[in-house]
Amino acid sequence: MVIEQFGWLIPVFPLVAFLLIVGVTYRFKLLSAIVATFFAGLSLALSVLIMVQKVINPVTTEKFINWLSISTPTQTLLNIQLGYLMDPLAAVMSFIVTLVATLVLLYSIGYMKGDEGFSRYFAYISLFTFSMLGLVISNNYFQTFFFWELVGLCSYLLIGFWFFKPEAADASKKAFITNRWADFGFLVGIIGLFTVFGTFNFGQLATQIPQYQNALILLGLGLLVFLGPVGKSAQFPFHVWLPDAMEGPTPISALIHAATMVAAGIYLVARGYALFYSVENVMQVIAYVGGFTALFAATIALVQKDIKRILAFSTLSQLGYMMMALGVGSMTSGMFHLTTHAFFKALLFLGAGSIIHAVHNQDIFKMGGLAKKMPISSWTFVIGSLALCGIFPLAGFWSKDEILTVTLQHHFVGLFVLGTLVAFLTAFYMFRLIFIALFGQKRSDHHAHESPWTMTLPLIILAVFSIFAGLVNTPWFYQWTGFSFSTLVYFHEPEIPVIHWSIAGLSTVAALLGIFTAWMIYARRLISADMLATKMSFLHRVLSNKYYIDELYAWLFKYVMLGLGKVLDFVDHVVIDGLFDGTAGAIRATGVRLRLFQTGRLQQYALLIFVAVAILVLWGVR
Amino acid sequence: MIGLTHYLIVAAALFCIGAYGVVVKKNAIAVMMGLEFMLNAININLVAFNHFLHPNLVLGQVFAMFIVGIAAAEVALGLAIILSLYRQRHSIAVDEMDILKW
Amino acid sequence: MSLLSYIILTPFIGAAMLVLIPEKQTTFIKLVSALFAFIGLALSFYLFLNYDKSLGGMQFVENIPWIKAFAINYKLGADGLSVSMALLTGIIWFAGVLVTWNLQERVKEFFIYMLILVGGVFGVFLSLDLLVLFIFLEIAVIPKFILIHIWGSGKKEYSAMKYTLYLLAGSAFSLIALILIYIHSSTLDVTQLALITYSVPFQKFIFFLLLIGFGVIVPLWPLHRWTPDGHSSAPTAISMLLAGVIMKLGGYALIRVGIGVFPAGAAFWAPLIAVIAVVNCIYIALVAMVQKDLKYVVANSSISHMGYVLIGIAAMNTISLTGAASQMFAHGIMAALFFALVGAIYNKTHTRMLADFGGLAFQMPRAATLFLITGLASLGLPGFFNFVAEFLIFAGAFKVYPVLTTVTILAVVITAIYVLRVVQQMFFGPRNPKWDSLTDLKGIELVPLVFLAVILLWFGLVPSSITNLINQGIDPIVAQIGGAL
Repeated sequence: MVIEQFGWLIPVFPLVAFLLIVGVTYRFKLLSAIVATFFAGLSLALSVLIMVQKVINPVTTEKFINWLSISTPTQTLLNIQLGYLMDPLAAVMSFIVTLVATLVLLYSIGYMKGDEGFSRYFAYISLFTFSMLGLVISNNYFQTFFFWELVGLCSYLLIGFWFFKPEAADASKKAFITNRWADFGFLVGIIGLFTVFGTFNFGQLATQIPQYQNALILLGLGLLVFLGPVGKSAQFPFHVWLPDAMEGPTPISALIHAATMVAAGIYLVARGYALFYSVENVMQVIAYVGGFTALFAATIALVQKDIKRILAFSTLSQLGYMMMALGVGSMTSGMFHLTTHAFFKALLFLGAGSIIHAVHNQDIFKMGGLAKKMPISSWTFVIGSLALCGIFPLAGFWSKDEILTVTLQHHFVGLFVLGTLVAFLTAFYMFRLIFIALFGQKRSDHHAHESPWTMTLPLIILAVFSIFAGLVNTPWFYQWTGFSFSTLVYFHEPEIPVIHWSIAGLSTVAALLGIFTAWMIYARRLISADMLATKMSFLHRVLSNKYYIDELYAWLFKYVMLGLGKVLDFVDHVVIDGLFDGTAGAIRATGVRLRLFQTGRLQQYALLIFVAVAILVLWGVR
Repeated sequence: MIGLTHYLIVAAALFCIGAYGVVVKKNAIAVMMGLEFMLNAININLVAFNHFLHPNLVLGQVFAMFIVGIAAAEVALGLAIILSLYRQRHSIAVDEMDILKW
Repeated sequence: MSLLSYIILTPFIGAAMLVLIPEKQTTFIKLVSALFAFIGLALSFYLFLNYDKSLGGMQFVENIPWIKAFAINYKLGADGLSVSMALLTGIIWFAGVLVTWNLQERVKEFFIYMLILVGGVFGVFLSLDLLVLFIFLEIAVIPKFILIHIWGSGKKEYSAMKYTLYLLAGSAFSLIALILIYIHSSTLDVTQLALITYSVPFQKFIFFLLLIGFGVIVPLWPLHRWTPDGHSSAPTAISMLLAGVIMKLGGYALIRVGIGVFPAGAAFWAPLIAVIAVVNCIYIALVAMVQKDLKYVVANSSISHMGYVLIGIAAMNTISLTGAASQMFAHGIMAALFFALVGAIYNKTHTRMLADFGGLAFQMPRAATLFLITGLASLGLPGFFNFVAEFLIFAGAFKVYPVLTTVTILAVVITAIYVLRVVQQMFFGPRNPKWDSLTDLKGIELVPLVFLAVILLWFGLVPSSITNLINQGIDPIVAQIGGAL
């Protein structure tokens, strides 16, 4: 139990690394990398220790200090805590974050070699890790928001890492501002929660919310707070930033897509589950937003050509899955999928990074035949893809099966069908990518070669996790060890894992069908892809352009917001200034007229004086 | 018998002549002369009032003497100004001295 | 003489000393100004540390009869609110002197006027007699006309005149209020005024006059138009003082006199203030978004940020008023930092037009970093004091005006949009050879910038070190409201 008392050190280590790099080692590039990786490793070690503790004794530890309070002489009005909350949920999450962060840092040593901003890069990642971990161990909404925003800042810094690329600068701004729109709702929601319940603390809210009667207010608050995760986890309609976020260095995409940024949204929904769970309508909204995003993003991924873009849309789709699981009422399955997804999505992105590093291109139609040149990168990529598709017995199989099961159990038949369809689409687009990029002929003049060990080692580690991580939520594992994921991370009641073979079989068939279709089209070329594209040219165009949502937003911004700004600027300059300058002008004009009385002619003045005196005298006489 | 009214009529006439001169004459010296007319009209009034209303006092006469003194000073000053103006502008026309405006 | 008198006198003594120094010895003049600024900063910091939080209330009170026949006294005193505002003034004064280090033109006069201005500001924050406060307010306002008119840039004559006319017109309203208050109660001592009960119609009328009089300074829409031109035309240090402290005079006076003495009047007009606050925040933020001149963006953002203060004042509860005062402090530092940076960059690039910039992060990485930090503080990123202040305002105001507060929070998003657009336009993008001859900020240029940024970060991470103080200053004022309603 002693070790748990020091759990708050988990985020502190990366912070120390950040400060050290900025303050001391900025000029020594390799040293910066080592510092960052070392401190992330320390956090990882501590997280592992704490997770083991939590498995043995799953209790909740909460500590806090008062950070800010506002009071009258007689009572405290507002009290904000700086807190540390460690339960199995936080333990699992901090393990994922530190593991992926450490591997990404290690990988980046090779990937970022020779970059001018090497130290800056490692400083940012350390700050990013710190922010995410601060969010994970937070015990109240305020602190969560605090770190939530810092996570957003770090994503801004990292996506725009190559600030000289206009696309990167645009993408980073887009990510931050899209998230800001969502955070607006989150912030209002938090303040609303405080106004209604007088506290930000998760635990206190969890006990107070079920007793609160006004369902309408809870609905509003739930939806407002949910806006935050919609933005961070890139759910429709705030999804636009995530595909563009790949303008940053590829390891950053791995970090953002797997562990730090988008996971924060899912994590928050799980953390604040008491609020969402209390109103059925909010849960339905979460479920349908998730389900819709899953399908929506999967269809876009079908036609993309950029390897990172395909992966980005696949992340969107999988995040939709997680939201759906949370929405139908199973926190366990949502978090479980987040966990397994973290491993294989980090693997896929790092693998993609390794490929891009070798080929210097991101277009899958310019790759081809990589499996022979870079076996480790390619085969770990295939493992990641199989896990993502949900092929038995890899990690994705167990978590996806779990989600589809709970969806059906909670009578969301539509979402179940949708989920199965998404499984098919996922398998199709992932293997489209694999058949085009990794196998077949070389499609351009590239000289690919395997990456150095600092890059392949993380791939192998992640591949191992992608294969075996799913087992922690199987009945066999439970029988063997006496615990499983679902007995640790749960809402209300722990569950003992069961497998529904019929559902599992159905989703596996869907996935295999997807792989088979991809094989038919892109490996055997029995059906021509171009022919399909021309036959359904409208659909193809809409999908290629991501349903024109970015265009819609750009239009709204340009013509509505900037237009309004111009109108108001006009009001400022012409109407208000006109009014005030007009007043000044009128006074001035009066003066201009009146001054004509002052002719400078002595005799006129004299005459005026005489006339005036005469009038006064006559008036007086009267 | 010549009473107060007669004096006042003379004074008023003198004052009006003076005022007319001040307002109308172009020559600055003529304007000054107009001023003198007006001052003297007032002197007549003062002396006449004193004589008819308070024969035992000399208040009006004293005032009249003061005005004569001040008028002398004023004429000296005025003539000096007119002289220096003439040196500058070679003219003593009052309507040309209108730069002190706006 | 108490500490407060020393604080107020420091700049005036400094100005008198400068008069005696020959005009040619510019370095000596600057050194003397810096010395006095440092003394002022040290004294206000000493005040900040020595204010006894366990006692609270007005401390360091000093009461010297001035016009005995009219019962007008030179009365000074400081509570948590004044102490924090005095500290703000000290900080910005010191930073302002440092950013003016490279001034060449008419150095002596510049610093003399600047010192007089600072003395006036200190006087407003620390005096407890309305007439004294009013006189100090005018002392703070007038030198600025000369400072903008002579050392300004752009259409400086127009801006200086506009600024002066707006503020003097406002003063006319507050002067009327002052006279009416005096006729009614035969004293202008704020602490005594607070004890008197006024009829509600009287309170409504007086508060309305004060709202216009002090509202011009805040500035309150639609009386805000002096701000963009004034800020943009003023020289850097003066923009810093203008946005950093002068605008706060209005908010301070509204809280101290408006709410503290006429709570029922304030309660009557509060909904109007709240609506205007929303207009300030959203409308001006949208206007800031389409500006082409960097300084106009920053100037408009100042007005927009003061909108938060207004809604905090309108909500009239402890949390929101503490937030409003904190926001005055936070925004004061942030705006000063922003203007200092803009000035420093302008000194190198000689342009303020956004379209001319681009890729500057290559040549001036430190400037870029500092600018980003300032921008982030301005858009309310956690970690900076601005976030704490805004959060408190929103948390307090939401109880009273849920809808209006929600709309106000939208301004946070719009702020993010225009700040990040500016950052991108100025610093990001491909390397521009046009800037290759420029050197990055260094040495004395960096000192005031880092100084201000560190203060924002410090209070952002340890906010209770100042919010507790402000909280204590706000308590009696809120107690007044409780008594009146």
